[in-house]
Amino acid sequence: MSIWRYANPAEFMRITDPLVAPLWGAAAVLLAVGLWWSVALTPDDYQQGSTVKILFIHVPAAMLAINTYAVMAVASGVGLIRRHHVSFLVAKAAAPVGAAFTAIALITGAVWGQPMWGTWWVWDARLTAVLIMFFFYLGYMALWAAVEEPEKAADLSAVLCLVGVVFAFLSRYAVNFWATLHQGASLSVAEGQRVDDAFRTPLYLMIVAFYLFFVAILLVRARTEIRARRARSLRLQEARA
Amino acid sequence: MVRSPFAALVRRDTRLALRLGGGGAVGIAFFVLAVVLIPLGVGRETATLARIAGGVLWVAALLAALLSLDRLFQADYEDGSLDQLMLAPMPLEQVVLAKTIAHWLTTGLPMTLIAPVLGAMLQLPDTALPALVLAMAAGTPALSFIGAIGAAITVGVRRGGLLLSILVLPLYIPTLVFGARVVEHALLGLSTAGVMGLLGGLTLFAAALSPFASALALRINAR
Repeated sequence: MSIWRYANPAEFMRITDPLVAPLWGAAAVLLAVGLWWSVALTPDDYQQGSTVKILFIHVPAAMLAINTYAVMAVASGVGLIRRHHVSFLVAKAAAPVGAAFTAIALITGAVWGQPMWGTWWVWDARLTAVLIMFFFYLGYMALWAAVEEPEKAADLSAVLCLVGVVFAFLSRYAVNFWATLHQGASLSVAEGQRVDDAFRTPLYLMIVAFYLFFVAILLVRARTEIRARRARSLRLQEARA
Repeated sequence: MVRSPFAALVRRDTRLALRLGGGGAVGIAFFVLAVVLIPLGVGRETATLARIAGGVLWVAALLAALLSLDRLFQADYEDGSLDQLMLAPMPLEQVVLAKTIAHWLTTGLPMTLIAPVLGAMLQLPDTALPALVLAMAAGTPALSFIGAIGAAITVGVRRGGLLLSILVLPLYIPTLVFGARVVEHALLGLSTAGVMGLLGGLTLFAAALSPFASALALRINAR
């Protein structure tokens, strides 16, 4: 018994099958409760007014925007080293989800920034780093789409993902370096002030809800990829016969 | 005269790039033209041009390097010479290193040499020109090394030029940031040693990573 037995597609399908519905259910309940709590039950912030409620979406989305890429990098590394197809497919399945979270983080950030900072966009280190992240996702997905042979596409995108994760880190620090020369932290997104207790519980709830949603949609997408792969090999067999 | 296979490969690729149709000179012409377009678009005010000169030169260098990446492996992949090189007793990592060096000799090096002329045209003060040349010399190899990874990944994709740019440009961001900061620091009269160190370190890191990552991608594509 080792963790690698889950890398067998059939085993992966069998084990994840009963997990999908409860995960969707839990994510839906937590999202509903979290949204209701954070929008209806929290007070307005003394500085930000009701605009603060955007952050209940923005913060979990931004967390997942970064962490999804970490998931992809780990899956790609495991795939390349241990030659597990499920790993590649999980990385592939995660990419559009991560890109969507990145887009949500950027858009909600802009909507929040307009009334708070008086501008839709600031060339702040964090904002810029997240924007760059979005292009890493785009490149990864474009490569999967461009290479016809799925085996090759899997390996090449894994190489790209691992090179990308190194350069995403480098970009993050380069951008920090770049922003410090240009402007002070007057408009930094860094939440220097602590989060008030009234906001903390619903925020945690939303973060957990977003993660559950992420795992649920990742499993569904990975299962779809496995089925698509199986359908493809069946078609090839039929064509050969 | 017995020549090492490594030197022979560098020589071959450099010659191919320099001769008619190789595209080496065209890449440099693109670099110059891209820089010349900037004052036409931005205006000819001395202070503005000097302020943006470093960034403009680096962005132009990025694009020129990017556009010349397809000749790194593409032609050899299509006519089968890459397969021959893979069968050669020389490790593929060394082949990649030789081809990348040849790429830099025909893009990064001439861009470095012509950069002070363009810098002066962009009203960069004479005091900032040495820093510009040093930054280009230290940073442009990173463009070739990082670009080689992208070129190796996309070598099997038909009409992969657009794909290549979307893969490689995000990877170029650290080089751009540090390279342009060197010029900016020199312009402001600050010490450039720290940023130069970061830029040089980035190039060395890319040089260490690129042959292995590119060779891995080429092997996957050759399967």
